[in-house]
Amino acid sequence: MNNTKRAFLKRWDSPIAGYLFLSPWLIGFLLLTLGPMGMSLYYAFTDYSLLRAPEWVGLENFKRIFLEDDLFRLSLKVTLLFVVVSVPMKLAFALCVALILNKDVRGMSYYRTMIYFPSLIGTSIAVAILWKNMFSQDGLFNQFLGLLGIEGKAWISDPDTALGTLILLVVWQFGSSMIIFLAGLKQIPADLYEASSVDGASKVKQFFSVTLPMLSPIILFNLVLQTINSFQMFTQAFVITKGGPINSTYVYVMYLYERGFARFQMGYASALAWILLIIIGIATAVIFASAKYWVHYETEGGKEK
Amino acid sequence: MTLSKNSIQHLLLLTASILMIYPVFWWMGASFKINAEMSSASLFPEKLRWSNYMEGWSAVPNFNFTHFYLNTFELIAGVLFTTVISTSLVAFAFARLDFPLRKLWFAILMITLMLPQQVTIVPQYVMFNMLGWINTYLPFYIPHMLAAGTGGAFFVYLLIQFIRSIPKDLDEAAKIDGCSWFGIYWRIVLPLTKPALVTIAIYCFLWTWDDFFGQLLYINSVDKYTVNLALKLFIDSQGTIEWGQLFAMSLASILPAVLIFFLAQKHFVEGISSGAVKG
Repeated sequence: MNNTKRAFLKRWDSPIAGYLFLSPWLIGFLLLTLGPMGMSLYYAFTDYSLLRAPEWVGLENFKRIFLEDDLFRLSLKVTLLFVVVSVPMKLAFALCVALILNKDVRGMSYYRTMIYFPSLIGTSIAVAILWKNMFSQDGLFNQFLGLLGIEGKAWISDPDTALGTLILLVVWQFGSSMIIFLAGLKQIPADLYEASSVDGASKVKQFFSVTLPMLSPIILFNLVLQTINSFQMFTQAFVITKGGPINSTYVYVMYLYERGFARFQMGYASALAWILLIIIGIATAVIFASAKYWVHYETEGGKEK
Repeated sequence: MTLSKNSIQHLLLLTASILMIYPVFWWMGASFKINAEMSSASLFPEKLRWSNYMEGWSAVPNFNFTHFYLNTFELIAGVLFTTVISTSLVAFAFARLDFPLRKLWFAILMITLMLPQQVTIVPQYVMFNMLGWINTYLPFYIPHMLAAGTGGAFFVYLLIQFIRSIPKDLDEAAKIDGCSWFGIYWRIVLPLTKPALVTIAIYCFLWTWDDFFGQLLYINSVDKYTVNLALKLFIDSQGTIEWGQLFAMSLASILPAVLIFFLAQKHFVEGISSGAVKG
């Protein structure tokens, strides 16, 4: 009796302990992720303002969003433009700088610190304040242009350039992508370069036939990460330009915030959120589908990945 | 030949560095300037106006920034504590214990890593509102306690990787000696995981410090405002913006992050790469 009981306890020891240790995350997942996802899907089909109970309206929200809502179309356009321009620029920049930094030069840690520094202060309000001033009519940026003999303008209050200044801000903060690239560059076996230089390959040729293919899994990783993040851009547009001028920087999440938390149209905001999720999902799927054409995986097990 | 190549490299690096860091240095200088000097690209103010800091510190009516810093530290202390406890418990389960559906839960954890927060934000707000948690810090503490706050899934993942790299011999020896799972977690794994815990604490600090959306959503009385929200109030509230004061306060607001970065620089860069590249 005692023995069977002990055997029983022993058999279930790890599963019970496992679920006990897992429980914070599991409860969090159910209550704060899965449950809310279901609820927001439900809200998307309702008219809900926090004050009254949700009222089922079927596809009404989606119909209004897709057929009548000019701001939806506009904010989506702004966001897509932002993603399509800023992500490749940021990654290209990060890769270039990582290549420069991936050398044994004296004082490298100082250079690295200076280059990484802007990324450290990230999406904080503080940086947004700096940017707002730098790109105004009398700002630092125009002073520099003045040195080059170019007449500047108020970049932030011009609808043609306001989004550009925000793109420049996120490109300036390329540090975390750069560090991931750097780590990837360090993993490329040196003998590949040696072998190719014995074969007479130039530096440029080496970059395209060794570095890029070997780095492509990491490019994929960065691309997915940055794309997902860029779709959710909010703080910079909210603080620097407030979505303006003439809505030229009115990004999607700002619109969602406006509907949900300024006008308390929870149903409408939920519908917007699900549309965003689906758009991000499609974008990610497209990137992964394209991966088989350009991502190079080592097959001989030389490299872990 | 080698000398010139070397100096070209240095020139390139120096140009890149200056281009990157110039705005930050200008920012430091500008925090001592008056409005009229803002249109100068010069790093140096005509006169060091320390009063920008003094006046900026109490620029928000009825409060000063000491109050907002204390609020922010209170928020972050709670978030750090709950995050370290919850993520380490969960990571221990994934890394060391065998239980049904482990692979499924792990896959879900990986998916939540990429899930945009917007899709849960409305119902979470509704829920926290019903519980009366708006304008408290509970909408930050409770999710972090359940490893579901900002970065939660990422931290769990980082810790799992780290715990897996600790040899199992020690836990097995302890188990034979009759140590419970909690004992193994508490006495063996947790102390050995300290470097990784420091890494996630640093990230958690920085991300919570930077997080604006959550604070904007859940905190609405000036009394409970964090530094970020106070800065936002500062920009919005005045007719003519005193840029010098605003720069002084914004610069002060990044100081904690900068200090942590320099104190733990090595930790930081390695943490990012070890966590990210394996993924």
